[in-house]
Order: sequence, then C-alpha cells, then structure tokens
Amino acid sequence: MNILTELFAFWQAQADKLGQQTLQHIGLTAASLLAGVAVGVPLGLLLTRRPRLAPWVLGGAGVLQTIPSIALLGFLIPVLGIGPGPAILALFLYSLLPIVRNTLAGVQGVDAAVVDAARGLGLTDGQVLRRVELPLAMPVLLAGIRTAAVINVGVATLAAYVAAGGLGEFIFGGIALNNPVMILAGAIPAAALALLFDGALAGLQHLRGRRLRWAGRALLLALPLLACLYLLPRAASKLLAGFSPEFVGRSDGLPGLRQLYGLNPASVVLAPALVYEAVRSGDVDLIDGYSTDGRIRAYDLRVLRDDRHAFPPYQAVPVVRRQTLQAHPELAPTLALLAGQLSDSVMTELNYRVDIRHETPRAVAHDFLRRRGLWREPQPATGATIRLGSKIFGEQYILAEMYAALIRGYTNLGVEAKTGLGGTSICADALRTGAIDLYPEYTGTGLLVVLQPSAAVLDSLGPDPAAVLAYVRREYRRHYNLEWLAPLGFNNTYALLMRRQQAEQLGISSVSELSGYLK
Amino acid sequence: MPEPPPAIEARNLRKHYGAHAAVQDVSFRVEAGQTLVLLGPSGCGKTTLLRMLNRLVEPDSGTVFINGQDARSQPAEQLRRGMGYVIQQVGLLPHYTVAENVAVVPRLLNHAPAAVAARTNELLTRLHLPPERFAGQYPSQLSGGQQQRVGLARALAADPPIVLLDEPFGALDPITRASIRREFRELPELRSKTMVLVTHDVTEAFELADQILLLDAGQVQQLGPPRELLLRPANDFVRRFFAAEQLALQLRALRLEDVLGELPEAINRVVTNNESDFNTLPLTASVQLALEQLSHAPARHSGEPVVWMRVSDSTVRPLTYATLMAAFGRAVRRLAAED
Repeated sequence: MNILTELFAFWQAQADKLGQQTLQHIGLTAASLLAGVAVGVPLGLLLTRRPRLAPWVLGGAGVLQTIPSIALLGFLIPVLGIGPGPAILALFLYSLLPIVRNTLAGVQGVDAAVVDAARGLGLTDGQVLRRVELPLAMPVLLAGIRTAAVINVGVATLAAYVAAGGLGEFIFGGIALNNPVMILAGAIPAAALALLFDGALAGLQHLRGRRLRWAGRALLLALPLLACLYLLPRAASKLLAGFSPEFVGRSDGLPGLRQLYGLNPASVVLAPALVYEAVRSGDVDLIDGYSTDGRIRAYDLRVLRDDRHAFPPYQAVPVVRRQTLQAHPELAPTLALLAGQLSDSVMTELNYRVDIRHETPRAVAHDFLRRRGLWREPQPATGATIRLGSKIFGEQYILAEMYAALIRGYTNLGVEAKTGLGGTSICADALRTGAIDLYPEYTGTGLLVVLQPSAAVLDSLGPDPAAVLAYVRREYRRHYNLEWLAPLGFNNTYALLMRRQQAEQLGISSVSELSGYLK
Repeated sequence: MPEPPPAIEARNLRKHYGAHAAVQDVSFRVEAGQTLVLLGPSGCGKTTLLRMLNRLVEPDSGTVFINGQDARSQPAEQLRRGMGYVIQQVGLLPHYTVAENVAVVPRLLNHAPAAVAARTNELLTRLHLPPERFAGQYPSQLSGGQQQRVGLARALAADPPIVLLDEPFGALDPITRASIRREFRELPELRSKTMVLVTHDVTEAFELADQILLLDAGQVQQLGPPRELLLRPANDFVRRFFAAEQLALQLRALRLEDVLGELPEAINRVVTNNESDFNTLPLTASVQLALEQLSHAPARHSGEPVVWMRVSDSTVRPLTYATLMAAFGRAVRRLAAED
C-alpha cells in the first residue's frame, strides 16, 4: 500500500518527465519498428524469391539477436556516438529477425496452388505479390512485427544509457539508487506500453479480408507519426549536460545542486561509463564524475570547484581493526606515512596511469613511494601477517599496493592482499568479521552506506569534512571496534566536469560561475 | 485459301529436370473447338506438358504456337489472360469472395465493372451457383464441388478461346465428379472452346476427348481419336493401359453406325412424324447408351425388350440384347483387323 502511494506521489511530482519519457519511448520504438518493417519486409520478400540466401540472412539476423542489448549498444557507441542514433539502430537490428523470418514464413505458407492458379490466370509477379502473397501472408507478417514491437519496447529502456531518453531513465535511476518506487515508475509504464503495442497489433492480426488491408496501410501510416513523437522539442539551454542516472536521483547529486546553486541545465541521462566519452566528444558539455578519475587528466577536463559544498565529503582514510593496531604497535605509524600525501590532482594522476595508460597498480604505487622518498626495500617477514583489503577499482588497488609496500619496508610483518572485494558492504563485513585487517574507505561512504544515520544527523553534519570524519570515527569505534586513521588528503566525491578549453573560454571554474553563466 | 492454323500446336517440346526427362520430343496439334486429352500414369509428364502451353513451364527446346503465333512472342501474362486455367486444387484466392474470384481476369483485362458483374452473375447461374446466395461467400464456405465450379467460372469469365484443365475433377468424390463432368460436357460455354485436359482417368478421357495423347515417361505412346487407341493400340503399353476397362470403353467408343453393317437383316419400320421418339436412338449414339435404353425398355411381342435405331428420316430398325451384342462383337473384330 505504502509503495503504491509513494509511486503515485512520484508520478505526480515527475508528471512532465513521465510524459516526456513515455513519448520518447513510443517514438524510439516506432522509429526502429518503421525501419525494421522498411528493411525487413523487402528483405523477407527477397528471400522468398532467393531461398538459397535464407539460411545466411536468417543466421546473420539470429546472431545479431543473440548479442546482449547492452553489448550491442557498446559496439555502436564508438561508431555513432551517443544519442538516438545508436539506440534506434540497435532496436532496428533487434527487430529485423522476427520481421524477416515471419515475412518469409508468411509468404512461404501461402498455398502453392493459390499462387499457381493466380499465375496461370495471368497475374504478373508484382500482382501475385501484392494481391495474393502479401495479403495472405499478412497475419503471419503482423505477428512478426508484433514480436519485434514487444522486444523493442523492452530493449528501448536501455536507450537511457546512451542519452536517448525513454522510460529507462527512471528505471536506471531507481536501480542506481536502490529505489524500488523509482524503478516501478519507469517499469510499469514500459510494461503497459508493451501490452498496448501487443494488443493493438494482435487486434490487426485477427482482421480478415479488406479490413486487414486497411489495417496494414494504417499501420504503415501510424508508425512514422508515432516516430515523430521523438522529435518533440525538449528543453534547451546554453550548455547540454549528460548525467548518470544515480546522480540525477541522489539527493546529494543534481537535486542538491539545484537547491544550493539554482542550477538547472538541460540534460540527458546516460550510462556512468559513457559520460566521460560524451563530454570529450562534445556530445554534451557538462557531466558528473568523480573528482580523482584518471580520465579527467586523460581527456583534459576541468573539475568545477564546489564552492558552496553541495557534494558530501568523501575523504579517503585507512580503516583498521583496533585489535590489529594494539597487537602490532608499529603498524599505526607505518600507515600514517601516507597521511596527507595524496591531493586530488596527485590521485587523479595516479589513476590516470593505471586506468588510461594501463600501468600496473603496483608499479605506479612503488614509483610514487620512491618519488616521495618513502620507499624502503622489503624486510624479511618474521612477524604476523596483515591482511589488506580493497574494493574492485584502480584507485583502491593503488592504495593497497602502497600500504603493502610500506608495511613490508618499515616492519617485519607479512602482507596478504585480498584485493577486489566487490563493493562497500563486502569490504565492511570482511573487516568487521576479521577476514581482513584494513582497507581504504571514504568518509561519505562509511556514513551513508554503512552507518546510515537519520536525516537529522546528516543535516547536523552538513558538508563539513572534519565533522563527517569525526562522526564516522566515533561511531565505528563504538559499534564495530574499528579505527579511522588520518585522511590521505584527497576527496573522491562527485564533481561537475567540463572540457577545459570550453570552461576557460567561458571563464567558468566553479559551480557558482556555471550557474551564473546559465542564467 | 490457306488453311487456318491450328489453335494450339506443340513442336518437339522437351523438358529436363536435372537428369530426369519430364517431356521428350512431344508434338501435337489441336484444331479450334477440339478437345485434346493428355492421358497417362502419374509422373508421365502430362502436367508439365500442359503447363508449357501457358508458359508456367518454359520448355528446354521446342516451340508452342497459339493460333500460329509463337507463344513467346508476347509476355507470358498476356498469353495466360487469353487462356482459361483450371487446376485440381482449384486455387481460389481465399481472401476474395466468389464473385471477386470469378472477376479476376476480366478485371486484369480492364473490362467495364458493370459488364464484369453481369458476366459473373451469368456464369454463376449457369454453373448452378445462384449469385444471390454464393456471390458474397468466401471459398472456405463452399463444398469441394462448388469450389471447382467457381474455378471453372473463373477460367471462363473472360471468354477465352482456349481452356487448359489439369485434372479438374480429380479431387472430387465419384458421385460429385460424375455430375460435374456431365454439367461440364453440357455447358454451352464450352462447346466452341479449344480445350486441353489432363487426366489419368481413362473413362473421363473417353467421355471428353476428340483426341487422346497417351504419354508414358515423357514420351508419346499414341496420339489419335479414342476409338483408334482402343481398337488399334500402337504398342503394348497402350494395350495394357486400356486392358482393365476394355469392354466398358469399347461399349462407349463404338456407335450404332459402327455395328449397323453387322446386324441381321430385319424389317425396317416406317415411322410417322407424330410418333413419339421415345426409345428411338440416332446412329451416332453409343452402344453403351443403347444397352442402357434396353434395360429400361418395355418388352414387346416376342417377350424381349426392344429399342429402335433411326436408320433414316423415316425408318427405324429394332434392336434387342441378342442382336446388338452379336453385332457389337463382330464389329470390334472387324475394326481391329482394319488398318
């Protein structure tokens, strides 16, 4: 009951978005279906005249069909960029198989005697096709279009990953935020659309005779009209933003910016993995990202200063079991060697070398320690073994390698690395149960994902990094007997990014300046 | 004055499907208004041969002439619109009504809609499919016999001078088949048509043919009038082909004029004009028909049934079972011996 009221409240609050996404969704489906019919039906008819080609063409279309939709989009992006292009092309490719196959099957299913008699009476090939084969194949052909339509309504949700809009924007936002109401807000209209397309085409399919002919024509007319829905004008502004679904939905993401800076740029939604590419290629001008991402350096992007502290602090800090610290007093000073050593730009550089230049995390970590004069050759391990954890991305691997090298060089403790431990909750559980002794964590993550305090507490902490660190340190000690040591120096939080060149041209270096420019 | 060309002439037609020779060097002529029956066992190439006439199958070599013109001198569709085509499976367009099916060819030929409608009604009426009931029905609502009648009406709609029929009665049950065949024979539309009909049914062939072309393995075994094939078979295949039904066929093939010379001298009776023609048969009637009449005829003075054969305008001659059968036997022997 509760979820229903929330759902209706959500739809009410987002009515304009819901309407726009639904129209985009219908437009995407209809446009790709139109292309599928325009290509698939003639192709199927060609196969009825050249049956030897059929296994090749159907096999090819079948292979396309088996490519997972997200992978197909991935293949198309380097060629077509982001936006409706790759989305419609992918949907079109998916609709080909059912349409071609059913056209072929429909025409082949026409009674050979009827075709023979028609030819014998003096109908030309074209007349046999138009007056006999196509009308008689129409129910089967329509069944193919119907299958394609239902597939396309489903797959069109993925269009949200490539900034092509549609109901996937709600769905992926909901998934990213673990918000079932938001998922349903997109999934229910998408399912309703699928049923609507299915029902309408099923209705056509069961018509007979002259009515079927009219219905076929009406369908050919309706598809382009529906496809035009996609072209309805959207909100425009001086800069186009491309945001990941999570950022759009999170209260400390876009809604926070809106509240604090009055920032409301025209935006599209796309997959987190694609935002950097999108801003680099100029498809969008403004994206959300992470402040230490290596691609900031690789793509020459500028991080806009969050001068009013809309984004929460995500300081990187080693979190250690208190038992371990007590058992090995030499450990704390060793770990403290890195405290304050890594600024945002230094960490960005290191990430760049690992993520973009594909150097190994170990080489990058050791090189950094040498340059900072922290490197010492490893001592023979005679003491206990420290188990190091990390999450499954480059930055964490680099930090783990640094700590491993420091422990080996400065103490006689052994090190066992348990890197790549999935997400936050896996690392936190491993640490609490003693499966690992330490891993690098971010204050904001500890606060929001692990501790999950009430809204009142969050308000009282505000955007102050010191207050957040103090809070998580106190609570971790009390609940888990875990210790947050001194911060490493960088803050891996949300950031708004622009191409450096454009930002310089426009004289934008902070979010306030951006907001001012857009007004 | 030169002789008019035959309605259909086939010259040295050949057709191979891979290594299989479907039709080997077949030639024949069909004069206007005549019926040629292509007869033979299944797979003998008769359907292939028929389909070469309207170019549904193109021969590997040889030529088809229609009214003296090479069939390839005009587009195949044009050629086909001038020839009715009826097939065993009927092949009515299932999404067209009966009337629309009948009207297909006249519409292709751009006949005026009113004329097309009138012609459709006329044909349906003549084929015992009252238009008010059947015109708006779809083929799936009709029985097999009714469908075949519509198929026939469709082939005749544009009044083509030539009609090709591929086992037109083959899919029907024996009773329906016999009744439709009778209607077919008596249809005034067909009297003047040049027809080529494919069948494997010997009785049907004898009933309908002016000429029979008997085929086996793609080769002509014999071409001629039915009685010639029956009485003077060209080879063993022809003899064996008719062996099972020989007597029945002979009774149909021989006419009373054939047996006239073998009848014993008998008193001719002079008939007056007002005397009923009941039980009186023309000389062109078959022996079969005379036997059928005898089985219904009342017994006369001698206690035997008698029917009368009209020998001239004013005289008739009596026939009894005994005299007729004896004469029939002698006639068969005589005709077979003639060369």
